[in-house]
Amino acid sequence: MAAGPTYTSIATTTLGSASATITFSSIAGTYTDIVLVANILCSTDSNISAYVNGVNTGTSYSNTHLTGSGSAAASSRGSNQSTWQLSPGPMASATTSPEPMIINFQNYSNTTTYKNALFRYGINGATYNGVAATVGLYRDTAAITSITLKTDALFSIGTQATIYGIQAA
Amino acid sequence: MANTFELIASSTVGSGGAASINFSSIPSTYTDLAIFTSARSTATGSGADFFVYASFNGLTTNRTYRRIEGYNGGAGSDNGSNYPVGITGGSTTTADIFNNGSFYIPNYSSTTINKSYSADWVSENNSAVNYDLGFIAGLWSSTAAINQITITVSTGNLAQYSTAYLYGVRNS
Repeated sequence: MAAGPTYTSIATTTLGSASATITFSSIAGTYTDIVLVANILCSTDSNISAYVNGVNTGTSYSNTHLTGSGSAAASSRGSNQSTWQLSPGPMASATTSPEPMIINFQNYSNTTTYKNALFRYGINGATYNGVAATVGLYRDTAAITSITLKTDALFSIGTQATIYGIQAA
Repeated sequence: MANTFELIASSTVGSGGAASINFSSIPSTYTDLAIFTSARSTATGSGADFFVYASFNGLTTNRTYRRIEGYNGGAGSDNGSNYPVGITGGSTTTADIFNNGSFYIPNYSSTTINKSYSADWVSENNSAVNYDLGFIAGLWSSTAAINQITITVSTGNLAQYSTAYLYGVRNS
């Protein structure tokens, strides 16, 4: 079988100037799943959030966190939010030690079910350090065509993010 | 269209076990590295007694990590200065049980930033005890490009049939 690539880079960005958002738009619906990999640098502690399809108002998002501070495990959640709120507290104050973040969107392009996202990331803030996993729900059946990462401050120069498409066949 | 997820090397431990699985001369032509492991220790111990380690460039220093895990019905978190990427069992674990683990290193060939990595694993034992699953956020405080990854276990050797697969991921 002459199969083509099943893990394809759709788009990538390396910030040449500080920015409060990173957006991947016009995501084709031709893949089965999507993986977003980010290596985040930020000069000040800030809250990081994510949203899809440009929707960052209303109450369509919810999430559950599992976090480890290095000394205690905890879980928390938020419902009816305007975006996915990542981490239970400010994160990303690293200037030379990036925080890895991997986000999985399964079946992102269907138009019949709500959309889930699984986030796994490190937290290297001035006031909180740890490791976290977050599952997010977006209560909308629309296909995901854009994904935005947002910080209350600025992502620093050198922050990298790439979105990959995975094809089942 | 370019293949962006490419097998660089793989290894399966042979009869008698091995002290390590070593991937050397890793080219710098990829954006990220993804490593998938199936590991078990030869040391005497049960389902969640041993770390799976990964050293970079032959070095085990300047490493820190934070971990969250579910273990024996509880949850916990710790931190340390060694170099784990997972948990596995040893010779008293039920026969043929190996852990599943993976870790991901973004921007591994940068010479200007430190190297962060994300790891996750499961070590399931069909038992009310001696199982483990967890995540790690790890950091190697070095700006050196990673060109070698060595996988070991904290005690004993890697048991026969332990495997590791190293993939390069390109963003273009």
